[in-house]
Parts: sequence; C-alpha cells; structure tokens
Amino acid sequence: MLSYAIRRLLIAIPTLFIVITVAFFMMRIAPGGPFDQERALPPEIEKNIKAAYDLDKPLVEQYAIYIGKLFQGDFGPSIKIRDFSVAELIMAGAPASMQLGLSAIAIALVFGVAFGTYAAIRQNSAVDFVVMGVAMIGIAIPNFVMAPLLSLVFGLYLSILPTAGWGDGELEYKILPIIALALPQIAYIARLTRGSMVEVLHSNYIRTARAKGLRETLVVNRHAIKGALLPVVSYLGPATAAVMTGSVVIESIFGVPGIGTYFIKAALNRDYPLVMGVVIVYAVMIILLNFLVDIIYGLLDPKLKSR
Amino acid sequence: MNKSEKTALLQSAGAAEEIEGRSLWRDARIRLFRNKAAVGSMIILGIITLLAIFAPLLSPYAYDQIDWGYIQEGPNWENGHIFGTDGNGRDLFIRVLYGARVSLAVGLLATTVSLIIGVTYGAVAGYFGGKIDSIMMRFVDVLYSLPFMFFVIMLMVVFGRNIFLIFVALGAVEWLTMARIVRGQTLSLRRREFIEAAHATGVSNFKIIFRHIIPNVLGPVIVYMTLTIPQVILTESFLSFLGLGVQEPLTSWGVLISEGAKVIEASTWMLIYPAVFLALTLFCFNFIGDGLRDALDPKDR
Repeated sequence: MLSYAIRRLLIAIPTLFIVITVAFFMMRIAPGGPFDQERALPPEIEKNIKAAYDLDKPLVEQYAIYIGKLFQGDFGPSIKIRDFSVAELIMAGAPASMQLGLSAIAIALVFGVAFGTYAAIRQNSAVDFVVMGVAMIGIAIPNFVMAPLLSLVFGLYLSILPTAGWGDGELEYKILPIIALALPQIAYIARLTRGSMVEVLHSNYIRTARAKGLRETLVVNRHAIKGALLPVVSYLGPATAAVMTGSVVIESIFGVPGIGTYFIKAALNRDYPLVMGVVIVYAVMIILLNFLVDIIYGLLDPKLKSR
Repeated sequence: MNKSEKTALLQSAGAAEEIEGRSLWRDARIRLFRNKAAVGSMIILGIITLLAIFAPLLSPYAYDQIDWGYIQEGPNWENGHIFGTDGNGRDLFIRVLYGARVSLAVGLLATTVSLIIGVTYGAVAGYFGGKIDSIMMRFVDVLYSLPFMFFVIMLMVVFGRNIFLIFVALGAVEWLTMARIVRGQTLSLRRREFIEAAHATGVSNFKIIFRHIIPNVLGPVIVYMTLTIPQVILTESFLSFLGLGVQEPLTSWGVLISEGAKVIEASTWMLIYPAVFLALTLFCFNFIGDGLRDALDPKDR
C-alpha cells in the first residue's frame, strides 16, 4: 500500500510540472502581449516596462526565472491589476472558490450515492424511474443554464435567496452557486452508483450474505456499498475537474469573488503571471484530489491493497 | 481463374461474411429498436437535424437580418418571429437553428477526431502490450489529471476564436477515455486464436490492428462515441457561453444561452428556447447511448 501511494505521488509531481510548462509556453507563444494598446507606447518606455517584468529576455530564460521564483513561493506580480501580487489575489479569491467547489463535491457525493443506492434497491420500480429520469435531466441541463434559472426562480420569483453577489460570505449567498455546481455531479454519481449497485446486488457474495439471513439494510450498508462505491470513487477525479471548470462560469454568473473569475479576464488581458497562478492553483487542487482518490481506491479495492 | 470467377468468389465470400456479421449486429438492432426511449430520441434528433439542415427555408428571416420593428420582442406567430427576437432584432427561431448547425457539426467533427486518435492509440497500446503499453497508458494517466478545460480556454483566448481550433481542441481532449476503452478490449482480443492465426500466416501488425482488432472493438466504441457527442456539444456551448466560441453574427447554442442569461429577467424566452434545444439534444444522445449499450452488451441487463 505504501509503495502504491509513493508511486502515485511520483506521478503527481511531474504532472504538475508538465502543467506549468505547457501553460507557460502556451501563453507566451501566443500573438499579442500585456502591453498591446490602441496607442502604441514609445519604444523606450515599452522596453523599460518589459524589462521590469523580464519580458525582454529569451523565452527559455524567462521560464527558468519563473520556475526559480515559483520554488521560493513567489508567483510574481500581476501585470494588469497594479500593486497586487498574484499570491495576494489568489489568497483573496481562493477561499470563496474552495468553499464552493468542496461543498459542491461533498453534497454531490452524499446525495448522488443516496439516490443511486435507493434506485438500485428498488430496481425497475416507479422510484427508480423517477430518480433516473431526474438524473438524466440533471445531466442534460448544463450548469450555465441551471444557474440563471435558479437565480430567476429563487432570487426573483420566490425572493428567498439573493440572486447574485457574495455579501460578507453569508450562507444565503453560497446556496445557489453550490447547488448549480453540484446538480450535474449529483446526477452523474446517482447514475454511476445505481449501475454498479445493481451489478453488485446480483453478485454471489451478496447472495451468500442474504442466504445466511442478514437483514437487507445490513446487506446493502455493510457488504454491497463497498463494492458499489469503487466506480464512484474513481469518478471523483474527473468530478473535481468538472466542478473546478464549472466554477469559472458559476462564479461569473453569480458574481462570486473567486479565482475563477480572474482566469478568463487575465487570459484575455495576457496577464501572464495571474493566468499561471490560477492554473497552478487549480492544477494542484485537481492533482491533489486525484491522488487522494487513488489512495482511497487502494484502500477499498482488495486487489490493490495487497500490493 | 478468370475475372468473373474471381468476382463471384469475392461476392460469395463477402456474403458469407455478411451473414456471419449480421446476426450479432441485427440482434443489437432489434434490441435497440425495442427500446422506446432510444427510438423516441432518434426521432427527435432526426427532426432537429432536419431543421438545422433546412434552416434557411424555414423562416422568412435571415439569421443575421435585423428587424428594426421588433427589437427584443417575445414570441409572436403573427409577424413570423415564432421564438421572438433578440436584443438586435434578429429572429430567434432561425438563430436557434443556425446554432444547431454549429453545435451538431462541432459535436460530430470533434468526436470523429477523438475517435480516430483514441481508437488508434488504444489499439496500438493494447496490441503491443508490455513496455510500450505501460508507457503509452502512463502518458494517458498523466494527461487525465491535467485541468484540460483550462488549456482549451487558454488555447481559445490565445489563438483567437477559430471554429476549426474548437474541433481540434475538443477532439484532442476527448480521446483519452476512448483510448482506455479500446486498449482494454484489445488486451483481451490479442491472445485470441484468430489473431494468432493471422500472425502465423504472416499478416503485418499494422494490418492485424486495422483489419482484425478494430472491427472487433466497434461495439463499445460506438456506445462511447454516442456519449462523447453530447459531451463535446456541452463543452462547445460552455466555451461559447464564456464568449470564446464562434464569432458574431454566426451563433451557437452557448452564445444564445449566454445572451439570454443576461436578460433573463426581462426576456425569459431568449434563454428558454436555445436552452430547451440544447437540453433536448443532450438528452437524446444520452438515451441513444444508453440504448446502444444495452443493445450491444446484453450481459448488463
């Protein structure tokens, strides 16, 4: 188990490195720069500004400088948002983004597994069809459609929740964005859980458990769920990535001051250090969660445990 | 052997193969057509596709034509704006249909790109096995854990909004799962007798992969393809929603939804119509995918 964890960790580090490298060169090779304006700057001034941000050096040298600073925890200054370093901006935005993202994943997991299991136990009943029908709707309606609809219904028609904004981070501002992020994932996880649960419930070891006279709740909770959760656990990696990407849109729809909103703006402005910073934060989050998922998977799956 | 004899022989060989191959596919087809959700979805998708193809004939307005008399007005059957008009006075019905053209085209083309890359990659990895396989699949593992959408967003921002770039970018992102599926299937195929026989008779690796391996993994590939199309359409809409998709005056469902979302309080129809079309399409593809899976893989039922 330990060697398995170390092996996984050894994959995670180069992955992060690849992300940083690809993102760095992709941004720089692109036409256009942060100082392109309607009125061109006088050449001397442009030269000085570029020198201040090391943009006048050869690309490879810029890369080396960037990596060097990154190892010291320095993300550099934001080019477009004056007087702020990228680290400061991320520290300001990350708490909101993390709260939304992690709560959405947690909620999706709890509700998705519950609905999926329930549907599987009552396979082909009316409940099953309703749950799976609703889940299909959850998959087919993208979150950027769901978000404005939620805001319209709960914010405007029913007036029980704020339509957008963040306030001082009160719960009422978080509810709609979290729901919008979680809904598609609830749907996916419910479908996944149902599928694998149905398969597990038909397997021999469950028949044995039933044959020795265990109550059905115990059969499901103690024996079936462990096997049925394996595909759900391995889906958590992609789910994290999906929630993170979704948060870019959801944050801008609900006006959440998170790092997702920076990303698009910064990329359009060619604010290189800020884009890099946001990508790195997201990549670390995704890679970290993937790593955790791998470990959990290793603990759940006896085939991997023995290794 | 003269020419006519040869053709006759070839034809009989072809016929024999057809009967052999048909029983499995025909079984699947019968099972698929018994699935009401899948059949209904195919009909709806067919209608949407026809509407998209014949879009210019279906409305008195052009997709970029501005009707100064009706700016952002609700649906009205009398003036021909059956879905209403947008903020620029353009007919929403025809714009939704043009959006369908873009979304469906992107869905199909990007999926084809992902299909070609994924199937070839997976088959090669699975067929050769051993070190080659583990290196190739490790590479896929690494790519899997990358925050891909961020790269696609950066790509779109950086190289401008180019519709071909969308195809390639989305196709390049979506091939990973396909490669895994094909590789898994190939691993179990490559030890089978008919592959060994092909080996023994000196068929080249290239030919074995394309003639013998790939046709035998088509079932799962088709299922996954049907499930990739809605994913790609969704991703394209997502990019368009962010303002990174197709350019004005051309449109796609994502663009229309994003325009509608901005004025949702005053003009709900501008969000509802494109959203319904998008959701319906995704719905149908998912149902067809599920139906195909049940049809091609009866052990799951």
